Amino acid sequence: MADAKDIHVDIMRSELGRARGMGAAKSGVGHWWGQRVSALALAPLTLWFIYSVLSLGSASHEAVLAWASGPLTLVLLLTLAGMTFYHMQLGLQTVIEDYVHDEGKRLLALLLVKGAAILLAVTAIVSILKIGL
Amino acid sequence: MVEFNLPKNSRIQVGKTYKAPAGAKRARNFKIYRWNADDGKNPQTDTYELDLDDCGPMVLDALIKIKNEVDPTLTFRRSCREGICGSCAMNIDGTNTLACLKPIDECKGDVRINPLPHMPVVKDLVPDLSGAYAQLRSIEPWLQSDTPPPPDGERRQSKEERAQLDGMWECILCFCCTTSCPSYWWNGDRYLGPAVLLAAWRFIADSRDENTGARLDALEDPFKLYRCHTIMNCTQTCPKGLNPAKAIAQIKTLMLERQG
Repeated sequence: MADAKDIHVDIMRSELGRARGMGAAKSGVGHWWGQRVSALALAPLTLWFIYSVLSLGSASHEAVLAWASGPLTLVLLLTLAGMTFYHMQLGLQTVIEDYVHDEGKRLLALLLVKGAAILLAVTAIVSILKIGL
Repeated sequence: MVEFNLPKNSRIQVGKTYKAPAGAKRARNFKIYRWNADDGKNPQTDTYELDLDDCGPMVLDALIKIKNEVDPTLTFRRSCREGICGSCAMNIDGTNTLACLKPIDECKGDVRINPLPHMPVVKDLVPDLSGAYAQLRSIEPWLQSDTPPPPDGERRQSKEERAQLDGMWECILCFCCTTSCPSYWWNGDRYLGPAVLLAAWRFIADSRDENTGARLDALEDPFKLYRCHTIMNCTQTCPKGLNPAKAIAQIKTLMLERQG
C-alpha cells in the first residue's frame, strides 16, 4: 500500500461543482435540428441525383451539358451541393466533439473540417454554375 | 482522444478458481471481476464454481452464497433484493442489470459478472457513482413552484397530468442506463447521461412544477443534452423496462418547440 505522503490528489473541486461545470451553453438546438432537416432534404435530393446520373449513363457530352443547364436541374444540383456539405460539417462536428477531448486539438479539427466544407461547397457550386450557365 | 485500450495497470488477468464441493450435480462457473486498491495488483477474474441445486435462482443469490460460504472478501452492493433499491446494478453476461432481478438460468454458459462499465471502481463490483449522483443533483430533482400550496398542502393534478409522470417515477436510479451509454463513456464529465435526463424530464413534465423554462435553459447545451445520439442502449438495458431515450427525445422536442 502506498504511503500517505506519496498520494497526490489533483482534483479537490466538489463533485457538484464539476457536474455543473461551465453551465449550459444555451445552444445546440440549431445544430441538432439543422442536422435532421438537412438529412430530410438530402434523402430525395440524393435519390434524384443517383437516378439522373444512371439515366444519363450512356448520354453524349452535349446531352449531359444540356441536362445540367436546365433551370430545375441547376436549382436542385446547387441545393444538393449546399445541403451535402452543410450536413457533412454538422455530422463531423458531432464526431469530433464525441471523440477529441483535448481543447486545442478539438478546435483545430473543427476549424479544418469547417474550412474544408466551405472550400468543397464553393468548389462544387462554382463547377455546377460553370457547366450549367 | 478516446482510449479504446485499457491502460497497462488495468488489464484484467486470470485469477483464482474455487471448485464446487464434490458431488455437485449442476455446477456452474461464475467469473467475477476482482480489484482492490490495497494490494497494488491488476484487476483479475476469479472463477467460482457453484452447485445450482444448492443456490437461489437469481445472480444475487449466487453472489451472497459466494460471500457467505466461499470467499468473504468478495465485495458488492445489495439491499432490497427485489429490484427497488438499485444497489446491485452490475454488468452480468454483458448487459447492465440488477443482480436481484437476473435469473441465473437466463445467462448462457459461464456467468460473467463485472462492475458497471466505465465508472471508477472502489472495490470488486462496487463502482464510484458520486459523479453521477452530483449530476443528478445538478438538475435539481425536486418540485419547484412559486405558487404557495393550497391550505390543505396538496398540490393537485388531473388524472391526465399525473399520467405524464408514468414511465418516469418508476426510475430507481441504479444507473444501468447511464453506464451502458457510449456517449457517457466518452464524455461522462459533461454529458448528463440517460438516468439524469430522465429525472430532468420527470420534473419538466410535472404539471405542478413552475420552472420548466429554467430547467430547459439548464439543459440546452451541446454536451449536457445533445451528446445523446439515440443509441438506445439505455432503453435496451433498463432493468425496470423504462424508456430513457424517449424522455430525452421529449426534452429535445420541447427545446425545438420553444424556438417558435
